[in-house]
Amino acid sequence: MVASKRHSLYFWLIWLVISIVIASYLVYAMKSIEAGQFGPATIFLPGETTSGHHQIEENCAVCHLASFGGEALLQDACTKCHAEELERIEDSHPLKKFVDPRNADTLAKLDARFCVTCHVEHRPEMTKAMGVTLPENFCFQCHEKVGENRPSHQQLDFNSCANSGCHNFHDNRALYEDFLLKHAEKPRHLPRQQVESRNLMEFFSMTALYPSTEYPFKPLSLVQADAPLAHGSDHQINSDWLASKHAQGGVNCSACHTQTNTSTNGKEWLDKPDHTQCKGCHIGETASFSSGKHGMRLAADMSLMSPSLARQPMKAESHSELVNCHSCHSDHRYDTKYAAVDACLECHDDEHSRHYLTSPHGKLWQQEVESQAAPGSGVSCATCHMPRVWHENAEEVERILVDHNQNNTLRPNTKMLRPVCMQCHGLGFSIDALADPSLIKNNFKGLPSVHVESIDMAVEADRLHRLKRLNKTSP
Amino acid sequence: MCLKKNMLLASLVSTIFIVPLQAQDVGMEKTIAPRQMADALHLVMEADRTVYTKKVVNRLTKKDKVITASEHFKDDKALPLPAQMFRFGAETAAEKIAKKADIDFSYSLQSIWPVNKQNAPKTDAEKEGLQFVADNPGKNFYTMEELAGKKYFTAVYADVAVAPVCVSCHNDHKDSPRTDFKIGDTMGGVVIRIAQ
Repeated sequence: MVASKRHSLYFWLIWLVISIVIASYLVYAMKSIEAGQFGPATIFLPGETTSGHHQIEENCAVCHLASFGGEALLQDACTKCHAEELERIEDSHPLKKFVDPRNADTLAKLDARFCVTCHVEHRPEMTKAMGVTLPENFCFQCHEKVGENRPSHQQLDFNSCANSGCHNFHDNRALYEDFLLKHAEKPRHLPRQQVESRNLMEFFSMTALYPSTEYPFKPLSLVQADAPLAHGSDHQINSDWLASKHAQGGVNCSACHTQTNTSTNGKEWLDKPDHTQCKGCHIGETASFSSGKHGMRLAADMSLMSPSLARQPMKAESHSELVNCHSCHSDHRYDTKYAAVDACLECHDDEHSRHYLTSPHGKLWQQEVESQAAPGSGVSCATCHMPRVWHENAEEVERILVDHNQNNTLRPNTKMLRPVCMQCHGLGFSIDALADPSLIKNNFKGLPSVHVESIDMAVEADRLHRLKRLNKTSP
Repeated sequence: MCLKKNMLLASLVSTIFIVPLQAQDVGMEKTIAPRQMADALHLVMEADRTVYTKKVVNRLTKKDKVITASEHFKDDKALPLPAQMFRFGAETAAEKIAKKADIDFSYSLQSIWPVNKQNAPKTDAEKEGLQFVADNPGKNFYTMEELAGKKYFTAVYADVAVAPVCVSCHNDHKDSPRTDFKIGDTMGGVVIRIAQ
């Protein structure tokens, strides 16, 4: 009897100790999050996070703006990061299309007003491509009768709408029927295969963003360098700066290396400028960097991204690197050619990247680097994954921006058609190439082995319509 | 002198306190019936829609032939179609209404011959109303309906082809189920809903 009581006491003691340990760890994890140390927070993750969010999963508050917030608060978190893109891509299914009460029946089946209806986070067992957690035939709910208007669609499976290279739920800028028709006859290679030139200097000359009074657009020599003596004697730094676009464009040492002291209001030297200094002039680049795979942790007040945290294969020797502006744009030299290819290949080690240098795109890039081909005719990693796009700033001044948010052209890969592929290739060839996984893996060595029939369908529908109209007008 | 000062003070007090009260009350003394409100809303919508169709789209595309109108107006560097213009207005209003606690109405352009099938009537009231205005030119349709547990006063008004551009566009469109429209025909209807 006494032994039994003793056993029972031991049991409760062990239970108490375990409970205290668990509770202490949970409190420690919570306190760590509050203190900006997010590592221990992984204990709270209810399941594996999708590839779009895994980098910021430790900072729960990025998505969970408050406890027990419900769908509406989660929606606020989604729009905080994704609203700008949805607006820019002319989202085919925006919220405003669903708020009319006439959609009540449809919303009861599929509530398209909330992102989480289709994208439930932390549910790997039901997560499909693009982070969609619904059955793949969800288009059926609203487009059940599509076959009545499009005979070509009568036999098609609703599972195939979004994964055959034909439609996307959000971005259909390169896939809508009249666009397919307009580009139906375009050849595999366009007569002009060249991307737009950057025009940052032209842009700066039109805006107040660049301090042109302090740093006029005039090439600088070494004697004009304004770094204090203690900081200006490194030969390598000096020669890198002299060769850079900064020195050639009038950007002196102090432009990046000084900051305003908030208490004295005077300028003070800054040894290691970070992205906040770059942002002063390169606001579009830093903003898109902070929204992309390389900088989203920074935007979430977390430590810098590192290849060791990536889910994509990365080179072992790069694992300790930290990703900021200078990781790719080596400081002082700011060689965009290095940033466009070499910097990427220092870390990325997936099959597509490993095949790049020997690919047709890689060879074109090599020719451009060796000045054997026109500027803009080579295809670097950045040409496709950080493309040059027209961008308008708050003052409505347009310029070519190197879009550092690779998500804008990554998945679904048809987002890449207009800003990237169609700069050099016809639409049909581009759609087929992007639909061929093996061609993507070998970095486009060869021709597509897949054919997406969307253009054929559009052409046939147009032919039938013209025939019908001809018959109607014929006596 | 003292009386003058007191009068001045009284005027000041009344200016500070009474005027804002009056301003708050302006327009609140009489209730507008849902039907009157719907009729008034439609009057404005119809006027703006007719002006855009006739004085902008029809004039510039059919008469002056200086620009086209296109569903893909951004890509085609063209004018938005009159129906798109109407829908953009409805969507913008819906976004603003969603933020207001004391205003709850919606409107949409629909047809029993829709180019975009998502604009076909869905609810019983819409089906009945659109058929009614198509069969009874010059008459409106009014009813009450309940959607997702909420009651609405619903009004349907005929949307009439007011210019050649309406007729030619709908008759030539590959997704139009009807291709024999003439000017003056009812092509669809404007559905206005006011929450009760």
